[in-house]
Amino acid sequence: MSTSRPRPRTVVRLGALGVAGITVASACGGGGDALQIYSGRHYGSEVAFERFEEETGIEVEFLVGNDAELRERIAAEGEETEADVYITVDAGNLAAAAEQGLFQPISSTVLDEAIPAELRDPDGLWYGFTIRARTIMYNTERIGVDEVPTTYEELAEPEWAGRVCMRVSTNVYQQSLVASLIATHGEAEALRIVEGWAANAEIVGNDILLIESIAEGVCDIGVANHYYLGRKLEEDRNYPVDLIWANQDDRGVHVNTSGGGVTRYSSKPAEAQQLLEWLATDGQNVLVDASHEYPANPSTTPAALITEEFGTDFIRDTLNASVFGSLNADAVRLMDEAGYD
Amino acid sequence: MLVVVPVAMLAASILRPRGDVWSQQWETRLPGELWSTAVLLAGVAVCSTVLGAGLAWLTAAYRFPGSRQFGWMLILPLAIPSYILGFLTLSTVGRTGPLQGWWRDTFGQDAWFPPIESMAGAIATFSLVLFPYVYLLTRAALRDQAAGAYFAARTLGAGPNEAARRVVLPLVRPAIAAGAAVVMMETLTDFATVQYFGVDTVSVGVFRIWRGTYDRDAASEIATLVLAFALLAIGFERIARGRARYGQSGGAGAGIEPRRLTGWRAGAATAVCGGVVMLAFAGPVIRLGEWAIREQLTDRAFSDTRGYGGYLWHSLQLVAITVVVCVAAAILIANAQRFGNRRITRLSARASAVGYAVPGPVVGIGVLLTVVGLDGLLETIGLDLPGAVTTGSLLVLVYAYAIRFLAPGLGAVEAGIGQVPDEMTASARTLGATPARTMWKVHLPLSRASLFTAAVLVGVDALKELPIVLLLRPFGFDTLPVWVYNLASESRFQQAALPAISIVAVALIPVILLARQLDRPDP
Repeated sequence: MSTSRPRPRTVVRLGALGVAGITVASACGGGGDALQIYSGRHYGSEVAFERFEEETGIEVEFLVGNDAELRERIAAEGEETEADVYITVDAGNLAAAAEQGLFQPISSTVLDEAIPAELRDPDGLWYGFTIRARTIMYNTERIGVDEVPTTYEELAEPEWAGRVCMRVSTNVYQQSLVASLIATHGEAEALRIVEGWAANAEIVGNDILLIESIAEGVCDIGVANHYYLGRKLEEDRNYPVDLIWANQDDRGVHVNTSGGGVTRYSSKPAEAQQLLEWLATDGQNVLVDASHEYPANPSTTPAALITEEFGTDFIRDTLNASVFGSLNADAVRLMDEAGYD
Repeated sequence: MLVVVPVAMLAASILRPRGDVWSQQWETRLPGELWSTAVLLAGVAVCSTVLGAGLAWLTAAYRFPGSRQFGWMLILPLAIPSYILGFLTLSTVGRTGPLQGWWRDTFGQDAWFPPIESMAGAIATFSLVLFPYVYLLTRAALRDQAAGAYFAARTLGAGPNEAARRVVLPLVRPAIAAGAAVVMMETLTDFATVQYFGVDTVSVGVFRIWRGTYDRDAASEIATLVLAFALLAIGFERIARGRARYGQSGGAGAGIEPRRLTGWRAGAATAVCGGVVMLAFAGPVIRLGEWAIREQLTDRAFSDTRGYGGYLWHSLQLVAITVVVCVAAAILIANAQRFGNRRITRLSARASAVGYAVPGPVVGIGVLLTVVGLDGLLETIGLDLPGAVTTGSLLVLVYAYAIRFLAPGLGAVEAGIGQVPDEMTASARTLGATPARTMWKVHLPLSRASLFTAAVLVGVDALKELPIVLLLRPFGFDTLPVWVYNLASESRFQQAALPAISIVAVALIPVILLARQLDRPDP
C-alpha cells in the first residue's frame, strides 16, 4: 500500500550523505593547536591578537559575538567547549561568568601587579584590561562648563527636565551604572534617582546617537562612554561636545572594564594565561589606543588624543566590578520599576 | 522527527514558569510590551497587506507607464534585511540625521518634525521591508487562479470593480492571509531593529531579561508570550484563509487581461509604484552605495576589506547548504502528506512553524542544548566523536537554520504540490509507480515553480540571518551579516555599508530570478 515513509534505499542514501557530511564538517571544525578565544569585543581586536601571534608565536583564533550569548554558549558547551579564553566588553558579564563557574582561577604575579585590585576578580578568575568611563557630556555651544551638573544624582533634579539624554535600559553599560548606584546608595535611593532620570531624560538607542543628539542640540546634557566621544573628536577636533568627569567630589566617575579570563575546561591554560598577561602589559597600547579607551595598567601611557582632550587625572570609582556585576539583575528590575525605558 | 526534537526541547526549556520575575514583569513592563507588540503586529500586517495586495492588483490588472517594470521591481525590497533598513532610516531621516538637521537649520531649532523614533516609524519601516511577501504571494495567486474566474465574471456582465471584489478577492484571500502571517512572524521575532525606534515588544523583553538578569528561565517565560502571539498569527491566518483550498485544477497561468489607465490615474499609479520602490529599495541602496564609496576613500578601507572574500564565501556556502536541506526536507514532508498519513506530516508542519515563530537566538540555544545532549548520549554509548565535532561545527549551524527556515520553504512547496490534482497522483499510482517515483517524475516537475520560490525564500532569509549564525558558528566562519553586526554594534554604520550592500547585491540575484519568473506564464 502507499507508504508515508521514504523507501529504505533512500534512507540509506541520505544516511550515507549525513555521515559524509559530519566527517567533512568535523574536518573543518576544531582548531587543534591554536589558542581559541570567544570575544565580545568587536572592532579592532584582530590587530592585538595578530601582534600577540607575532611576538609569541602562539596561533590565535577568535570568535566575535555578543557577551551574553557567548557566555551562554560556553555554559551550554560545558566540558566540550573549544574556548580557552572568554573576553567581554562589560564587567557584569565577567562577574556572571565567574558566578556560573565558567572561569578557572589563575595565580599570576604579573597580572596582579599590572592590574589594580578594583579592576580584577579577587580570586583571580578574571582580569580587566581597559577602562571605559561612563560620564557626563554636554554641548559646548549651548551650556557653559560651570553650569553642567557634576554628579549623576544631580541629573535627577527637576531643573534638568527635558535637557538630558540617556541610553536605553537594555544596554549593559547603563545597567552597570545603575548597579553602581544601588551599591553606593541602596535600592530605595537608587530608585528615586532613576525615577528622576526617567522623568527628565530623552531615551536614545545608543551612545553615538546620544552624542550626536547633544551636538545637534536635541538635548544639552547626556551620559555616555568616553571613548565614543573620542571617536567623534578624532573625526572632527572641533566637535561641539565635551565631557566632564562625574562625581569628582565624592566617589569618582563610574568605570566599567573590558577584560577576560581563562575558561574552566580550556585545553591550553598555560598559553591562555600568557595571552592575558600579554594583554595586561605589552599588549596594552595596541589594545586601547585605537578604541580610545584608557589602559587598566597604570604604568601604560594612554593615547595622545584622549590625554589631550580629556586628561588622565581623574578620580575613578573604585567599586570592584564584581560588585556591580552581581547587582546587574537588580538594576534591570529597578529600571523597570522606575519606568525608565 | 528531527525537526520535532529540538523544538520540543525548546518548548520544554521555555515553559518553565517561575513566580518572582513573572509577577514583577507583569507589574512593570509586560503590559506595555504586550500592547506595543499587538499594535506593531496589527499595524505592520495592515500596512503590508494594503501595500502588497494593493500593488499586486494594480500591476496585474492595469497597464500604465512602467507597470511591467514595477511588476518585478516591487519584489526587490526582499533583498534588504530589516536591520539594515532600520539603521539606514534612522541615520537618514532620524533626529540626528541630515534631513532633520537641514529642517532645523531652515525652520529653527524647535521646529516640529514627525518623530521617526516611534511606533509609526517602526510600522513604516517594517512594512516597507516586508510587504514584498504579501505582494509575491498575491501576484502568484492572481496569475494562477484568479484569471479564469475574473474573465468569467466579466463575461457574465459584472463591472471590473465588482468582479474584482466579489470574485477575485475571495480567491486570493488565502495567499494574502499567508503573506500577512509571514509578515507578522518576521516582525514578532525581531528584537534589534525595533529598538532603534524605541518600540519595546515582547521579543525585546525576552532579551532584556535574558541578557540583563543572566536568567534564562526568566527570559523563557516571556518567550511564551512570543509564542502566544505567534499562535495567534497562525490562527488568524487560518481564519482569514477561510475554507479555500489551494489547487483549483491547475492554474490558467495567463494572468488577468490588464486594462489601460489614462490621464491622472496613470500618473498616480506610476507615482505610487515609483515612490514605494524608491523608499523601500532604491533610496536605501543609493545611500549605502554613497557610504561605501566614501568609506573606501578613507585609510581604514584596506584593513576592513581584507576578509571580504572569506565572508562572501562563507555566506554563500551556508546559504547553499541550507537551501538544499530545507527544500529537500520540505519536499519529503509535503509529498508524504500527499501519500497518506496526514497526522505526522501535519505535526511536522506545525513544529516547523514554531521554529519560524521564535526569535533566532532562542532557536540557537535550543539547538545547542539538543546537540550537547546528543553529544552526551553518544558518549555513553561509547562513540566519542572528536572534540566538539557536533557543537562547534557547521552541521549544527545548518541544523539550526533548517529548523528556523523550514516553514517558509514548506509553505511554498505545499502550495505547489497542492496544485497537482489528486487525480494525477492517483493515476500514477494505479499505473504502478512507487511513491518515490511518483514524487520524482510527476510532482516535482509540475511544481517546479513553487520549488524555485521555496528555494529563493529560504535562501534569501538564510543570507540575511544574523542572530543564529552569530551564536552558533564555528571558528573562522564569519558571514556577511556577522561583518555588518561587528561594525553596526559599534555604531560604525558608514563602515558597515560595504558588507550591507554586498548582502543586498547577493540577495538580489535570486530575487530578480524569482521576479522574472513571476511574469512568465506556466509551462
